[in-house]
Amino acid sequence: MRDRVAKGPLIPYLLWIAFFVIAPIALIVYYSMLDLNGNFTLENYKRFFSPVYIQMTLTSFFYAVIITFFTLLISYPMAFILTKTKHKYLWLMFIIIPSWINLLLKTYAFIGIFGLYGPINAVVSVFGIESQQILFTDFSFIFVSVYIFIPFMIIPIFNSLDKLNPTLVDAARDLGASPFTTFRRVIWPLTIEGVKSGIQVTFIPALSLFMITRLIAGNQVITLGTAIEQQFLVAQNWGMGSTIAVFLVLIMLVSMLFTGRKAKGGRV
Amino acid sequence: MNRLSTPAKIYVAVVFIILYAPIFYLIFYSFNSGGSMHNFESFTLEHYQAVFEDSRLLVILINTIIIALLSSLISTILGTLGAIGIVSIKNRKMRNTLLSLNNIMIVSPDVVIGASFLILFTMIGVKLGFTSVLISHIAFSIPIVVLMVLPKLLEMNPNLIDAAQDLGATKRDVLYRVIVPYIKPGIFAGFFMALTYSLDDFAVTFFVTGNGFSTLSVEIYSIARVGISLTINALSGIIFVVTVLIVIGYYFVTRRTKLANGGLGRL
Repeated sequence: MRDRVAKGPLIPYLLWIAFFVIAPIALIVYYSMLDLNGNFTLENYKRFFSPVYIQMTLTSFFYAVIITFFTLLISYPMAFILTKTKHKYLWLMFIIIPSWINLLLKTYAFIGIFGLYGPINAVVSVFGIESQQILFTDFSFIFVSVYIFIPFMIIPIFNSLDKLNPTLVDAARDLGASPFTTFRRVIWPLTIEGVKSGIQVTFIPALSLFMITRLIAGNQVITLGTAIEQQFLVAQNWGMGSTIAVFLVLIMLVSMLFTGRKAKGGRV
Repeated sequence: MNRLSTPAKIYVAVVFIILYAPIFYLIFYSFNSGGSMHNFESFTLEHYQAVFEDSRLLVILINTIIIALLSSLISTILGTLGAIGIVSIKNRKMRNTLLSLNNIMIVSPDVVIGASFLILFTMIGVKLGFTSVLISHIAFSIPIVVLMVLPKLLEMNPNLIDAAQDLGATKRDVLYRVIVPYIKPGIFAGFFMALTYSLDDFAVTFFVTGNGFSTLSVEIYSIARVGISLTINALSGIIFVVTVLIVIGYYFVTRRTKLANGGLGRL
């Protein structure tokens, strides 16, 4: 059995794991314990547990929860309805297309849409409300993030709903379950894996995407991702940046445990 | 759509409008002769012309495409070999460990990947630019290829390999003439995914790109930070049309393979 296929193919892959998965994580941990002069210190961790950073982490976490919640709230019904349509894969394709437009372009579009003279303000002013800056607010940040994540949430939920055997739903109804009970006791538990993958591809990026905060939220919202970018590329304090990154990775690992799924199946 | 109730139809329509409105908004103003994303003055193609006259932008576009094609080609080869290797491991624990490491890369936030690669490249002395961006793109595409190829390998009947070997095939023959043809759909899906990941990547590239080199995402970011430029709108119009064509092509290709073997391609 063992020798059926040569072990040769594994060597480049193992090298890749060593250099680009294990080494980078080790380097991040190592750098998190260095100060600006490269001396060993735990100062960065002390700083991370100061009120400023703790508050930033909590805020970032809070935003990510809100974004994930709204994304799920919009996506689940959408996926559900789409699986009921006649040409469901065609409709799914129309969901996928926007997800393939460069993220930056979509974000850029909102700079115009939410702008002082943009269409939203034009509509609002019809009702006699004065134009106001929607950009650089919490609302614009959450809206754009939800917008970006919707397709990524719909796709896994659609797939799990699609795999759901419809006779189970019929059986539940025949046995007298109300539509709500059928949903709560049959459909939801059987599609929870899709929901979990959807949450996984939304929650972690919501903590770490920094271009949306930079372009849409100005400096109003600082997420963990923004803070890391700031420390690495602006302040040039790699030690502190790495420390924040360590905590981001820890949060990621914890959320992976919660949304734990088997090692097969794609990202989306 | 007949089975759907009216509220359901309205809901779907609203979500689709929200999904597409920003994209069409961008494209609509790419034809605006005024310089902004409000006040449509008159129809013009000058911004499209500007895209093709801006040699800097064209170089960046070509760079982006070269990086995408090269990185997905190399990562497809390495990832496919990796997947074949993983399947050949019979020790369950070892196999799961590798798969977990593989998954870590997929769920890792882009910022962390970017930052850690920046440290790595600085440490081993890789100059930031084309090489560092290419290596990073290869590195983050490999796990995706592995995940796309793995299911195909697992569903493959092991007797096929035994049969080939009984009939005198060498290990090489088994690889190239039995395994690879069988997992071809997975390999193509992996290549395609790697391509889209590479084209779409911003954060990792932003960290490892240095001064002289830029990809489209990074360029759009730096332009958008300054303000609005309708050349970007024209560019997004072009990208949208190309994307739609690719997606439609991909849809028909995977539909055909799906009918044949029940897979779902990218999904």
